[in-house]
Amino acid sequence: MLMRISHLYVRYGSVRALHGVSLEVNEGEILSIIGANGAGKTTLLKTISGLLRPESGDIDYRGRNITGERPDRLVRMGICTVPEGRRVFPNLSVKENLELGAYTVSRRRLRQQLFDLTLHTFPKLKERLSQDAGTLSGGEQQMLAVGRALMGNPQLLLLDEPSMGLSPIITKEIFSLIRSINAEKGISVILVEQNAHIALEHSHRTYVLETGRVVMEGLSDVVKQDPAVIEAYLGCESLE
Amino acid sequence: MELLSYVLQQLINGLQLGAVYALIALGYTMVYGVLRLINFAHGDIFMFGAFTAYYLISKWDVPIYLVFPITMAVTALLGFLIEKIAYKPLRSAPKIALLITAVGVSLFLEYFLSLNSLFTPNYIGFPRPFEVTGYDLRLFTITNVQLIIFAVTALSLLLLYLLIYYTKYGRAMRALSHDREVASLMGIPVDGIISFTFIVGAALAGLGGILYGFAYPQINVFMGIMPGIKSFIAAVLGGIGIIHGAVLGGLIIGVSEVFVSAFISSTLRDGVIFFILFLVLLLKPSGIFGKWIDKV
Repeated sequence: MLMRISHLYVRYGSVRALHGVSLEVNEGEILSIIGANGAGKTTLLKTISGLLRPESGDIDYRGRNITGERPDRLVRMGICTVPEGRRVFPNLSVKENLELGAYTVSRRRLRQQLFDLTLHTFPKLKERLSQDAGTLSGGEQQMLAVGRALMGNPQLLLLDEPSMGLSPIITKEIFSLIRSINAEKGISVILVEQNAHIALEHSHRTYVLETGRVVMEGLSDVVKQDPAVIEAYLGCESLE
Repeated sequence: MELLSYVLQQLINGLQLGAVYALIALGYTMVYGVLRLINFAHGDIFMFGAFTAYYLISKWDVPIYLVFPITMAVTALLGFLIEKIAYKPLRSAPKIALLITAVGVSLFLEYFLSLNSLFTPNYIGFPRPFEVTGYDLRLFTITNVQLIIFAVTALSLLLLYLLIYYTKYGRAMRALSHDREVASLMGIPVDGIISFTFIVGAALAGLGGILYGFAYPQINVFMGIMPGIKSFIAAVLGGIGIIHGAVLGGLIIGVSEVFVSAFISSTLRDGVIFFILFLVLLLKPSGIFGKWIDKV
C-alpha cells in the first residue's frame, strides 16, 4: 500500500469540510474521488498535498506518518500536485515553469531525463518552450501543469479537477495521457473530478464523497453500474 | 553652454542620489513581491548600514574593501532577524497586522538605537576613508565618490539581475511572488525563500547606507526615514514588485529631487517627490512598468 488515510477531520475556514474520511491508495493505481461541488474533494486533496492541516486523523505514506508535513517536504518524498485551475506561472516561460517543477531534483542528469520524458509525453510543449506560459491555450496549460508535476519525479501524482474548463476532446486527451503516464512509469495517481463520467472511465478505483464523508468505494467498473451513482452523478452526463 | 554644463552637472548629482535610492527601492520591491508587505523598517536597515560602516571605518580602522562585505553581512543579518522575529509569526494574519508591525519595527529601531549608549540621537560626521577629488571633464565635474557609487551600484544591479533571472533561487522568488501556494507545491521552501529575499534586500540597503555616507557624510539614527519613504515612492513609481522599475524609479526620484532644488527651490525638494507619488497614484497606480489595472 502506498498511502493510508484514516479518520481525517479537516476544517476549511470556519466550516468543517471533512468528517472522518478514510481511504487507501494502492501502489500503481489511478484512484478517483468524485462528488458534487462542496463535497470536500478539493479539501481532501489539499490536505494530502500539505496545504491544509487536519484537525485530527492520520496520513501514512510508505509506512511513514506525514500528517501536517509541509508541501515542499512532501514534494521531496515524491508527492507532486497539479493544482485546480492549472495555475501555471503565466509570466514565466514554459521552460522555466518546467524547471520550477524540478526544484527539488538536484541531480542534473535526472533533471535532464525528466525534462526529456516530459517533452516526450507532451510533444506540444516542445515547440513552445520559450513562450510565456500565459500565452498557451487552456489544454496546453493543463499539459504544462501535468508536465511541471512530472518534473518533480513523482511517485504519487495528485490531480485536482483536470477537466475543468477544457473541451471534451481535450479532456479526453489529457486523461489518456494521465493513463499512459500511470501505465508506463508506474506513477500512482489520485484524481479529484467533478466530471464523474470521465473519472470513472479512466480510473481503477473510485471513492464517492458526499458532504465530507465517503459514501461509496470500489472498483470504478463496479461503481459506475451502481444505480445510486448513475442517478446522482451520471444521469445528466448520459444526455450529452 | 554654461547652462548645459550646469544641467549636466546637476544630472550627475541627481544620478548619484538616485543610485542610492535605487539600491534601497530594490529591497522594498523584492519584499513586496514575495510577501505583499511594505517593509517600513527597510529605511532603518539602510541607516543601520551607514552606522555599521561608520563604526568599521572610524572606530576599528577596517580597510575599505572589507567595509563593504562586512556591512552588507551585518544588515543582511538584521533583515533576516526582523523577518524571523517580527513578520514570520504573522504569516497567516491579516495584511494590516503585518503592516502595523512593520511600522512598529521601524520605530523600535529608530528610538532604541538613538539611546546615548548606542548610536545616539546626534548627527555624526561620517569619515570618508579617502580624499574626495573631482575630475574635470570640461562639461561637468565628476568626483571619485560619484564614480564609486555608479560602479558599485551598476555591479550590484548586474549581480542581482543574474541572481533573479539565472539561478534557481531567483526563479523560486519569482514563482513565489506570483503564487505562494503553487510555489510550495513545486517543492519550494517558502519560508526559506522569503528569508533569502530579506537577506538580499537588506544587504543592498546596507550597501546604500555606505554609499550615502560617502556622498553625504552626516549620519543620524533618523536618516533612514526620508530616503526610505522616497525609495518606497521610487518603487511605486517604477511599479511595485518589478525589479527594473525600482531602479528606474530611484533614478527618476533622485534626479527630480536634485533638479528641483537646483532650478526651483531646495525647500521643495521633498515636496516634489510626494507630488510625483500623487501623480502616479492618480494617473497610473501600477507604476511605469506595471500592468494597466482598473482598480487601485
